[in-house]
Formats: sequence, C-alpha cells, structure tokens
Amino acid sequence: MSFPWAKHYEPKQPLMRWLDEKLPLPRLVYNAVGAGYPVPRNLNYFWNFGVLAGLALTLQIVTGVTLAMHYAANGGVAFASVESIMRDVNAGWFLRYAHANGASMFLLVVYIHIARGLYYGSYKAPREMVWLLGVVIFLLMMATAFMGYVLPWGQMSFWGAQVITGFFSAIPMVGETIRIWLLGGYAPDNAALNRFFSLHYLLPFVTMGVIIMHIWALHIPGSNNPTGVDVKSEADTVPFHPYYTAKDGVGVGVFMLVFAAFIFFAPNMLGHPDNYIEANPLSTPAHIVPEWYFLPFYAILKSFTADFILDAKLWGVLAMFGSILLLFFLPWLDTSPVRSANFRPKYRMFLIVLLLDVLLLGYVGGAEASARNVILGQLASAYYFIHFLVILPLVSRSEQPRPLPNSITEAVLEKHAGTSPAKTALA
Amino acid sequence: MVTVEDQLPPGEDPTLLQEEVHDPRRRDFINIAAVSFAGVGALAIVLPLVNQMNPSADVLALSSTEIDISKIEPGQAIKASFRKQPLFVRNLTPAEMASANAVPVGSLRDPETLEQRTKAGKNNWLITLGVCTHLGCIPLGAAEGENKGPFGGYFCPCHGSAYDTAGRIRQGPAPKNLMVPPYEFNSDTVVTVG
Repeated sequence: MSFPWAKHYEPKQPLMRWLDEKLPLPRLVYNAVGAGYPVPRNLNYFWNFGVLAGLALTLQIVTGVTLAMHYAANGGVAFASVESIMRDVNAGWFLRYAHANGASMFLLVVYIHIARGLYYGSYKAPREMVWLLGVVIFLLMMATAFMGYVLPWGQMSFWGAQVITGFFSAIPMVGETIRIWLLGGYAPDNAALNRFFSLHYLLPFVTMGVIIMHIWALHIPGSNNPTGVDVKSEADTVPFHPYYTAKDGVGVGVFMLVFAAFIFFAPNMLGHPDNYIEANPLSTPAHIVPEWYFLPFYAILKSFTADFILDAKLWGVLAMFGSILLLFFLPWLDTSPVRSANFRPKYRMFLIVLLLDVLLLGYVGGAEASARNVILGQLASAYYFIHFLVILPLVSRSEQPRPLPNSITEAVLEKHAGTSPAKTALA
Repeated sequence: MVTVEDQLPPGEDPTLLQEEVHDPRRRDFINIAAVSFAGVGALAIVLPLVNQMNPSADVLALSSTEIDISKIEPGQAIKASFRKQPLFVRNLTPAEMASANAVPVGSLRDPETLEQRTKAGKNNWLITLGVCTHLGCIPLGAAEGENKGPFGGYFCPCHGSAYDTAGRIRQGPAPKNLMVPPYEFNSDTVVTVG
C-alpha cells in the first residue's frame, strides 16, 4: 500500500500499546496523515486545497448541526426561524453567516483543487479512481448546496427550487411526473422544504464517506506532485507529519483569514438581496440567478435557445449535466502518459484557455440574457465541450512533451543552485 | 492446507459427507429461492419509501378552485392560485383574439388554435397556468403595466420565452404552450378550475 520505507507505528506508552491491540485507530491516523505516510518532497501550495476542502466540510457540519437546533423546516415559519437565528439566537448571526459563506469557501477551495488536478494530471493512471470519486463528491456537494439554499425559504430559495426541479420536467414523457414526485406537490411547498432539509442534513455525511474512499484510493499510489514523475526512492519523499501538516497549517491560516473577512466584513456579498424577501409563489423575482458557484453550468443551460431534433429545454439540461458527467471520462480522454502540464506546452496553453472559458461562462451565467451574452455563452459552452472531446485527445496524441526529470529529487535540486548529481556528472 | 479429511472425526467414512449431485444442485435451488424471497421482501419495503414522496392527500385536496370573473374587463387579466401555482385568467379583446387567429397553426412549436385552448362560445376567456413551461417561472403580462413581450401575450423574464395572446409559445426556450387546466363555467361569472 505505502512505500516500503514508510515509518512504522510503534506505540511506546503502555496505554497506547493496549489500545493498538484492541482498536488500532491511532495507527490508522499515523499511517494516513501522520509520519507513516511518505509524500513527495516537492509539493507546492496547490496541494493544500484537499486538506482545506476537508476543513471546510468539517466547519459546515459543525455550523450546520448547530443551526439545525434553531431552524424549523416548515413553509409557514422557516423564513421567520432564519430571521430569529439572525436576531435572537445567541451568536446565531455568526453561525448562519459562517455556514452561508462556508459553502462558498468550500466550493472555492474545491474548484481550485479540481483545477490543480487538471493542471498536474492527477486524474491519470494510477489515480483514476481518486478522480472518479472526486467527481462524485463534487456532485454530492452541488446537490447539498442547492438544497441548503432552499432552506431559508426566501424568494431566491423558492424560485431556485422551482427552476432546478424544473430540469427534471425536461425528461420526455415521465418528466412532469418525476418533478411532482420530487417536490411532493405541483410547486415547491412544505413537502419539498421538509425533504430538502432531511437530505441537506444527510448528504454531508454521505460526502464524508466518499471522501474517506477518495483518500483511501489516493493512499494506494500516494500523492501526485508538480513534476508528475513517480516517486522512485526514499529521497523523493518526506513524512506527511510534520512536513505537510506544517505546510497545510499555513494554508489553513490563510483560508481562515479570507473566511473571516467574508463573515465579518462582507457576509452578504455572495448572496442575493431577494432572498431576504419571504417566498412568494405568485411572483417571480425579475432576475433569477443561482449562487456564484453554479453560474458556469447555468450559462450552459441557458445557451440552448432553438429546437434541434429535441426540445431546446432538454438540450440545455442534457448539456448542463453532461458538462459535469464528462469529467468521469477525463482519465481516458487524455491519453498522454505525461502528467504535469509543466512538461506539456500545448496542453498547458489549452488548459489555461479552458479555465478562462469557465470564468467567461460564469460571467454569462450571471448576466442578463441579452443577444450579445447569449452568443458569448454559446461560444463558451461550445469551447468547453470541444476542449474535452476534441482538443484534449488530439493534443495528447500529437504533442511533443518537454524532457522529464529523472526523479523528483533531481528536479528539486536542479531548481535550487544546480547541485543535482546528474548535472555534476555531466560537468 | 486444510482438507476435508483433517476435519473428520477419526473412524468416520468421508463418503457419507458427499452429496448426491443434481442439476441444478439442491443447494443452488435453495440459495436462489432464499435470495429471491428476500429480494421480493426488499422490493415491498422500497415501494412505500418511494411512494411517500408523492403528493400527500392534503396537497391533492387543494386541486379545485372557484374563481369569480365578473370584474375582469376585456384586455384585463387576474392572477389566481390553483394547486399553489399561479393561474392567469384573461379576458381577451376582439383585437387580441383576431391576432391569435391570424397565426397559421402549422407554424407553431406546439400547434393549437385559440378555439382548442378556450371553451366554445367563451373564446375570449383565456385561462392558463401562470407557469412558464421552460423551468417554471411566472411570466409577466397578467398585471397592469407588465411587459407582455413581442407577441402581446406573456413574457417570461427568466430565460426570455415569449407567449402570444392565446398563451402559445412563440419564441425562446420553452417547449410547450402555457398549460390550460381543466375547468368549467358554472355560470357566466364563476369558473371552477380543477
């Protein structure tokens, strides 16, 4: 499982020895995130984001469980109970702002984590399963975030629920039946609010289970690294603790600073004022937009305006779900054996274009549906799919990668003062 | 290596423990039967778990609504509520009816005439759900001064679907005309929807 030079857990205290015989939980921790897990020595700060995502989920569970002690999932009082959390519950405002902004922080670090994986080829063999589980986690997060946004029962909550469950009515024949089944009524109401609360409470724990599998699958081959070159010897690795616990600690500090800045200085910056108006089933807000983290996908949904064999509506929904499901096929769409984009000049260029394209989709998703924006959205959506389905397979085949370092250690030493054994030998 | 013989008590004849071979073996049959029985049981448990998500009796009980239409002048519309969804009741002007009838039906995305979407002799009463068939927003155009869109009917602000004076989809992503719910005229001034 781990490298042969991994340190072994040897409890010295009699109590810990006794515990290790009965339930080797400290051993598990030691081998997972302690000195028993050897990690490439050259990880940069982008490798902080997995730990940060885990931290964000933990914070969401802690604030969420405490908020649930004060929230009432009933259409008649849900909005008022959220207001009472804000005004009456001790530190309620803090818990709610931490939970609402915590969701944004969670998705922010996960997006950076995904981008890291794309750039350094962490989705490639032997880590395909890590990537696949990651996409599952992303889908679970999106479902959880959506259902959580419905709970305050404001106008955006209500109409978000209406629009998103409306996706399912695009399915031919049975769509409307499925939608009514999901909502437990003909429009979002008490039944929908209650089941969303139930699932919003459940799914984070399901996510946690999948995260454990994600880490388990990761620890079989071990972490990738910025060169994308496999670990070859003990010199290529350092123990996770204390080296990366310390490095992650720096990232946690920065994360907390940004998080605190949102909570204390701009708690509503990422929200919509309309959600402070109680849900009204008889009036749609003039401009419905989802939360920022869904905007690129919303832009893809909006890009289909004309029928072509299938309804425009069905195309939009298929493309939107397709844009995420496509990620499941990524490990097999990219056939290049070189992992890191640092050694793949063409792929690197196209990947940067893709990241800009996603940002553009995000802009279009939040903008008014004017003629210019619709065209922009259509071009950006088309590029998204072309990148994965056309550019990536072609580039993988034709590209001439730059020469790879022989080992992680060699790459590290070359960077710092050029005392690498290979160079000295050449000179 | 553990063999069967190792587990036998001394002096026992190993042939006594060997089964007669049937096809399928009796043991396979018992296995399949037991698992199938458990499977049917599991299915019976799943059914109520799925069914509990369907609309409950109190939600279904809201499925009919009476509406007084006596105060709606030609050219005006009201928003009522049917199954917790908005309902548009519109009294069409002769000009609006003429413009709806002037459209060739074959050119429509969801071909229906105004006749088919209203009751005989009451063609001026257009009663539809106020739910855009795209993703469920409420189109504008029922209340005074709202944007009626390029076809003079309703306009959905969410994704730009435009409906004409018969509530038919003419432009934008929505696939269907605004839904006409089942309704009856109780008298000239009262309608029961549902």
